[in-house]
Amino acid sequence: MKVKHLEAMLSDVAPFAKPKVMLEQYPTSAHIASHILFTAQEQFQDIANRTVVDLGTGTGMLAIGASLMGAAHVVGVDIDDDALAIAAENVEENFEDVRPDGPLDLLRCDVRDVSRLRLHADTVLMNPPFGTKRAGADMEFVRSALLGISFPPRGGAVYSLHKTSTRKHVGEVAQRDLGALRADVVAELRYDLPKTYRFHKKESVDVSVDVWRFVVKGGARDDEDATESAGT
Amino acid sequence: MKLLTHNMLASTVRGVSQGYPLGIAPGAVTEVHACDFSKEFLVHVFPKLEWSAFVSACASLSLPTMPAEVTPASWEDESFLRQMHHNLLEVHVQEGTLICPESGRQFPVSKGIPNMLLNEDEI
Repeated sequence: MKVKHLEAMLSDVAPFAKPKVMLEQYPTSAHIASHILFTAQEQFQDIANRTVVDLGTGTGMLAIGASLMGAAHVVGVDIDDDALAIAAENVEENFEDVRPDGPLDLLRCDVRDVSRLRLHADTVLMNPPFGTKRAGADMEFVRSALLGISFPPRGGAVYSLHKTSTRKHVGEVAQRDLGALRADVVAELRYDLPKTYRFHKKESVDVSVDVWRFVVKGGARDDEDATESAGT
Repeated sequence: MKLLTHNMLASTVRGVSQGYPLGIAPGAVTEVHACDFSKEFLVHVFPKLEWSAFVSACASLSLPTMPAEVTPASWEDESFLRQMHHNLLEVHVQEGTLICPESGRQFPVSKGIPNMLLNEDEI
């Protein structure tokens, strides 16, 4: 499959019906999703035959994309019932014929509670809120991925999307506080935010975003470490 | 929800220390969706599986019994591997209730989606 083909398929993923401001429900565009997934697969072989968790899956864009790219098992996590209902419809209406075996399971959970579960994955994908409505929401997602999910002995990879303006902060926190072995920007993209909410004045805003790849050590999750640093 | 996903869930109730594995209440509605068998994938995911939780989940759903122990010989046993594949990946719980073993808190599964979210008064 070529990146164009994936993007075309993902363009059928329906958007949020009524986006929620506090959850910063901006859609992940088919363009952005297909580029993240291709980078992950072509450069690092992190998708095909891998187990994947998508945190804040929303309408299922990255989770569905990972399924189409041959992931063996995908869990899409979101807090919002309405978003999950759309994600489920997106799976049924567009993708059952592509992957009738359906590696994708959806799960309703607060991303901050993920460390209470026993999720494990080779690869975590996410397009977190940018944290403009609730400060720190973006790094809460990174924290949950890096400390709340366990990875195989050979280690795992976490892909996340952040505004380029936060690059220094994201890299420092991931390595210094959250134990990432590596934190690399593997792609820079333009994020075309359509006018989603009433408080937006312009029709659309073009934001520069980084695709991060964090390398996480494998083995058992260290519950105590996770709890301690969660309090800081 | 596949049993592979169930295997990764635990109670989100505050203060619970023995929140795993979540029980599956009787009467769960399941569907079977066939998918490609891959021994490699089973080998890959096995180290992360909580085997005893998987065995009891299979029993709760009255699926063909999984052995209590997996031995090196099991990996050469085609019929065992096929059954493990089926129980782990092809059986989907569509409707049902998951139960926290310590607090008894019930987590519903609706349209295949488990809801692990707590109510505001539980946080």
